[in-house]
Amino acid sequence: MDRRSFIKSAGALSIAAATHSLWLGNAFAAEAEKPKKGGHLVVGVDNASSTDRLDPAFWFETYMYFVGSQVFNNLVEIDESAGLAPSLAESWSSADGSKTWVLKIRQGVQFHDGRSLGAKDVVYSLNHHRGEKSTSPVKGYLDTVSSLEATGEHEVTIKLTAPDVEFVWLLSAVHFAITAENENFDKGIGTGAFILEKFQPGVTTLTKRNPNYWNSERGHVDSVETLAMNDSTARVAALVSGSAHLINRVNPRIVSRIERMPNLKLVRAKDSMIYTFPGLSNLAPFDNVDGRLALKYAIDRQQIIDTVLGGYGTVANDNPIFPSNRYFAKDIPQRPYDPEKAQFHWKKSGFSGPLTLNVADAGFPGAVDAGQLYQQSAAKAGINLNVVRVPDDAFWNDIWQKKAFVSSNWANRPTADALLSLVFTSQSSWNESAWHVPAFDAMVKAARGEPDEARRKQIYHDIQVMLVDQGSEVIPLYADALDGCSSKIKGFTSVPGMPLSGNRAAEKIWIES
Amino acid sequence: MVLVRLFYGVLVVLAVSVLIFAGVQLLPGNAATAILGQSATPDAIRELNLQLGLDKPAASRYLSWLFGVLHGDFGTSFSTREAISGPLFTRLGNTLFLAGCTAAIAVPLALIIGFISVRYHGSVIDAFLNAITRATVALPEFFSGYLLILIFAITLAWAPSNSSISPDMPLAAKLSAISLPCATLVLAILGHMSNMTRAALIAAQSSAYVDTALLKGLSPSRILWRHVLPNAIGPIINVVAINLAYLMVGVVIVENVFVYPGLGQYMVDSISKRDIPVMQDCALLLAGIYILLNLLADVMALVANPRLRHNR
Repeated sequence: MDRRSFIKSAGALSIAAATHSLWLGNAFAAEAEKPKKGGHLVVGVDNASSTDRLDPAFWFETYMYFVGSQVFNNLVEIDESAGLAPSLAESWSSADGSKTWVLKIRQGVQFHDGRSLGAKDVVYSLNHHRGEKSTSPVKGYLDTVSSLEATGEHEVTIKLTAPDVEFVWLLSAVHFAITAENENFDKGIGTGAFILEKFQPGVTTLTKRNPNYWNSERGHVDSVETLAMNDSTARVAALVSGSAHLINRVNPRIVSRIERMPNLKLVRAKDSMIYTFPGLSNLAPFDNVDGRLALKYAIDRQQIIDTVLGGYGTVANDNPIFPSNRYFAKDIPQRPYDPEKAQFHWKKSGFSGPLTLNVADAGFPGAVDAGQLYQQSAAKAGINLNVVRVPDDAFWNDIWQKKAFVSSNWANRPTADALLSLVFTSQSSWNESAWHVPAFDAMVKAARGEPDEARRKQIYHDIQVMLVDQGSEVIPLYADALDGCSSKIKGFTSVPGMPLSGNRAAEKIWIES
Repeated sequence: MVLVRLFYGVLVVLAVSVLIFAGVQLLPGNAATAILGQSATPDAIRELNLQLGLDKPAASRYLSWLFGVLHGDFGTSFSTREAISGPLFTRLGNTLFLAGCTAAIAVPLALIIGFISVRYHGSVIDAFLNAITRATVALPEFFSGYLLILIFAITLAWAPSNSSISPDMPLAAKLSAISLPCATLVLAILGHMSNMTRAALIAAQSSAYVDTALLKGLSPSRILWRHVLPNAIGPIINVVAINLAYLMVGVVIVENVFVYPGLGQYMVDSISKRDIPVMQDCALLLAGIYILLNLLADVMALVANPRLRHNR
């Protein structure tokens, strides 16, 4: 299966069901007040561009995820407990060892122009991402689809070439938005809670509440204005001065200031990203397990979280599976910062010369600072890290996957498989640590098609043990997504792995006067 | 004389267009990878490069761009695949609106400050005005912009911190939206203009004909208006034009700080996406306006000062 086309853009997708729900105890999830109707919501979101389009095959960044989710619905979505929830698909089932999937489409749903939703619209919308010439970021998710048909007025049948137990999870990707059959996506005709009024790419978007929205639990404010605010200081200024109710991506450096303001609150979505330091496993010192272990013991993970993320992150164990994923292996002991062990393995690896770590903030925000902290903690273990700051421009072209040791990051994905087959299997073009291990590939493939839940869990456990002990990537932490909003905003829930309440904050929140 | 200057102006624009094109070619990275972001796959990049015509030689791409611009065709954006001229002129209109409002406030204010300084030359008023205008010159726009946001948007809540405007907004709303970026730009150019006005007037004041006028018993105000100003007008026009030209460039930073949908923001946006045609068009437009304003300054100086019209 060709998984080369999986996407990597920040905040794109979320994750599998959580068996534990640490963050459910937070104040926002516990809000049980009655929603209030009305009001004009102003939101400031970054990563907007004058080249933005409403067509989901061209959504690459947060701004369009957020605007697109106001106008369009998906078949399924990720809920507050990281589980899979129905949206336009009411239910789904699989047959044939999870090679055939049947989705029941919700009845009585109307598009903004009055047409009613049927199976044909779903088939048209999903097919939009398939095909030879598609440059859609989610093309790869549908690579195993052999047929995609309407088998009834409100029933879609999808056949796969290989079993995939978690296939429906992939459809929660924000890009799989549904429009009417043969309709041009750029017109923005969806079934969403808001109807598009004005779309000025890179400037602003105005939407009005859809009076016929099928989900009566949602869509409280009368209108939403989503302002393009790429400058992080401009976003915070707008929030603090009251010209925006809600902003995304609060800079961790000023988090403590926002926390101290009584009229503002921070909304934290755990498990949004992993920050990684991949080492090319075919080059010294990463060509042997001791070299890798030395570098894993030599990093002070908590220090990086405290300094670079203002504390808004969780220590990771060189494991790319997120703790909120239902296959996360909780029992693997956390590797501590241990200069002595690092020194022991470093000597054993036989590598002596200085190792160059190429960092750029393009790798992840704060990568340069994190690299310098890493340099200091490694020096105590006698490891000479030479940290070189490289330009952000063309980082992904010229540095990443080309230099032995770099900084990088990955956004959370709907399934464990999505990230593993994207970054760690041999044939993946984004295999950033040159991790070519046939036994590993076989395990990933086996897990994807394993119908028995217990066995599947065991395989994913073995995969994680292998990556923690032998993998050629140092993964120090899971970073949170941080949004800020006025304390008048109610109903803002935190969806693990995704900012802006799973990109659906506009239809979930209401404004308290 | 005017025609010769105009001819040189056209030559300079042509030279600038070559520089812009060459500079854009030298940027690291490529449009396809930048547009597709981290999600780019090798197949998608190859496909997009082909679609964008990036496989053709640079010289032919330059000539076809130049040919298009000369015929009013600004090309097609790489990332939206739509004609650039629409957004380009909307953005230009917004930028000119901001720059125009700034000029309408800054130019008279600078001249008044200059006159007052000269009229009360050496007094406390002069020293005070001097100190203030020098201080504003020293502040970079991004700093004074944030400072104004802190004071007027956050602390006092008098003005919005972001200046998003749209074509259908009433003029009053637009003016209120741009109050802070406008103030930032006024601060940026005011000092230079008023100081140069003051210097030009003082220089003219030290001439012999001023002494004569004084001996005739004319009042200081009358000397300033009738004798000094006509002789200092050339350099004043020059410095005003240079600052107006600078305004066009200065807005790039200010537009980004205040989220203002102008040409500068459009350009920064297109740079991050490596949208080459948009980058080139924006740069050429800004360069063209810059050159035009300088040309205008030369011509007006010629008109104001007959002596410059003759080669001596």
